[in-house]
Amino acid sequence: MAQQITINPVTRAEGHGKITIFLDDDGFVRDAQFHVTQIRGFEKFCEGRPFYEMPSLMARICGICPVSHLIASAKACDELMAVEIPETAQYLRRIMNLAQLVQSHALSFFHLASPDFLLGLDSDPAQRNIFGVMQSHPNIARDGILLRKFGQQIIELLGGKRIHPGWIVPGGVSEPLTVEKRDQILATIPEALATIQRTLDWFKRTFDNYPEEIRTFANFPSLFMGLVNEQGELVHYDGHLRFVDATGKIVADGIRAEDYQDYIGEAVEPWSYLKFPYYKPAGYPDGIYRVGPLARLNIINFCGTPLADAEWAEFRELGRGAVLSSFHYHYARLIEILNGIERIEHILNKPDILSKNVRAYAEPNRLEGVGIAEAPRGTLLHHYRINEDGIITYANLIIATGHNNMAMNRGVLQVAKHFVNGTKMQEGMLNRVEAVIRAYDPCLSCSTHAVGQMPLQIQLVSPDGAVLDELKR
Amino acid sequence: MKQPSSRIKTLKIDGQDVGAHEDETVLEVARENGIFIPTLCELEGLSPHGGCRLCLVEVKGINKLLPACVTYVEEGMEVTTNSTRLQEYRRTILELIFSEGNHICSVCVANGHCDLQSLAQKLGMYHVSVPYRHPRRSVDASHERFALDRNRCILCTRCVRVCDEIEGAHTWDVSGRGIEAHIVTDLNQPWGESETCTSCGKCVNVCPTGALFEKGKAVAEMAKKRGFLPYLTLMREKRTR
Repeated sequence: MAQQITINPVTRAEGHGKITIFLDDDGFVRDAQFHVTQIRGFEKFCEGRPFYEMPSLMARICGICPVSHLIASAKACDELMAVEIPETAQYLRRIMNLAQLVQSHALSFFHLASPDFLLGLDSDPAQRNIFGVMQSHPNIARDGILLRKFGQQIIELLGGKRIHPGWIVPGGVSEPLTVEKRDQILATIPEALATIQRTLDWFKRTFDNYPEEIRTFANFPSLFMGLVNEQGELVHYDGHLRFVDATGKIVADGIRAEDYQDYIGEAVEPWSYLKFPYYKPAGYPDGIYRVGPLARLNIINFCGTPLADAEWAEFRELGRGAVLSSFHYHYARLIEILNGIERIEHILNKPDILSKNVRAYAEPNRLEGVGIAEAPRGTLLHHYRINEDGIITYANLIIATGHNNMAMNRGVLQVAKHFVNGTKMQEGMLNRVEAVIRAYDPCLSCSTHAVGQMPLQIQLVSPDGAVLDELKR
Repeated sequence: MKQPSSRIKTLKIDGQDVGAHEDETVLEVARENGIFIPTLCELEGLSPHGGCRLCLVEVKGINKLLPACVTYVEEGMEVTTNSTRLQEYRRTILELIFSEGNHICSVCVANGHCDLQSLAQKLGMYHVSVPYRHPRRSVDASHERFALDRNRCILCTRCVRVCDEIEGAHTWDVSGRGIEAHIVTDLNQPWGESETCTSCGKCVNVCPTGALFEKGKAVAEMAKKRGFLPYLTLMREKRTR
């Protein structure tokens, strides 16, 4: 009899999602769907608001990556004002964006994903969390907390608070950097660098333990998208969009923010609140692409900082052309932390970083604006239209998790086919299905409640809807 | 304007014996004696309005509560400014104000500079126990320099009074009744098309919330400058003397 397995909620991920696995009559996996089960409505309820409010309003989408929304939104507002913001303001926004990248990547890697590597994918789910890691590997847990603190402290120093700082505003930032704060940040760099290098060392050694996972964790050809600058360097704040294919060949390059709709379409499926963006020239559903750390390291020509570039060279050896296994999102994340720390130091040492000229003022001079930045989880896009008084009339956001939606679904199916079979349900198999989602570090609600043990419910449902079997964590 | 010849009354506020001129309100006397009574629509330099009801006090021998800002002193009066009943009433008034509009402090231009917000904190209003109304109200951003967000307006009429009494333009007024009441410029036309508005910005600075604000201010940046009001009033009183 055909059956259905539901994993609800998906644990150790940001927000609420559920997975349904459809089995055929023989108990083999026929299909799998990753549903995002909540609706937020930000695009709609910001209509009628003054555009100046948008960065702070949109930052409320997320407690993990508010800075990313602040930046993409402020960039869209800069476009509405048609101003070029002061260079120092750009530097400062960049530092905050990188600090956020470091802390968010550290959260994803250490707090959410590392229990799978350190304690094992089949280990006791009651222990398989950050608290279990603290007991068994206290030094590693400490490293994770340190890197998160490093990023969060920079955000607090610059913006006044760690979550939802109001410091990034249309036209720049609201306050310049002081000598004391700069030196305070610079003093934390060496320890952060040593920590991430230590982490890379132990993590790379675990690859041999997971040959099957690396082979099957969303390991398929797809396009990759992200921002690069004109030299093809890894950038998270400015630049143009680039698409590369599975062989690493550039298929589209130099795409300006305002032209995104020529390349990205958004499809809708009835079983999820999350849209399915696709690469328009290839159509839906063939235009599957991935964003985020793995994608970024696949599309670039170089990282632009010495330590990260050395590590990147090793990373590229993992694949011919692009690195395809989503398992390597984790590795890419660590390389980006390294790059982020190096770059923060580099920017802080620029001579005009303490300039008082950090904000441009203007009325709305354009009725439409698009802002793009790289959030920790991938490309983030804010698109606004306003009326002549500066009131928002339309907003469209594409967040990183959206871009990755098709890839996550395909990844879930691939892992389910390999590890799950309906004749016997084992918790470890289902954890692998969740782990593939975790590799993408999706931000489903963009909210901060994911530490610890959430109830996991798995139901076997017959085609007529009757619950045949139930397993609770 | 205070007449120096006015007669003196004696009364008790919170058990304290106080003396006052007969043309003084309970609120004024309480302030002179360092007794705190919460207010929201009241602003020194403007005529009293008695609309927000936060300054309600108990007066011995009178069953109903009286607004201190428009209640004049009387001989032998015994006033209580702070009781469990008053605290509850005041918190409820604040809850009703919060639930009536769309007051989302975290994304408001006046966050950290808002009389409504600081009063809620001071009076211990931590939750809103009545359902929010979530009204659909419009934002008027047609003025060159300022904007009006009716979602954050609490109808204190400070803007109406300052524009009429101090600036002398009377651009602002209240239109509609009850829950439909809202402030309008001139004959209910967009602010930017107002013929009487002098763009002086007094209304923006006296507004207790983020309802009236300067364009281009991001969240929490709209600090209100109110120092001008007592000076202006003082200067005029001197001139008419």
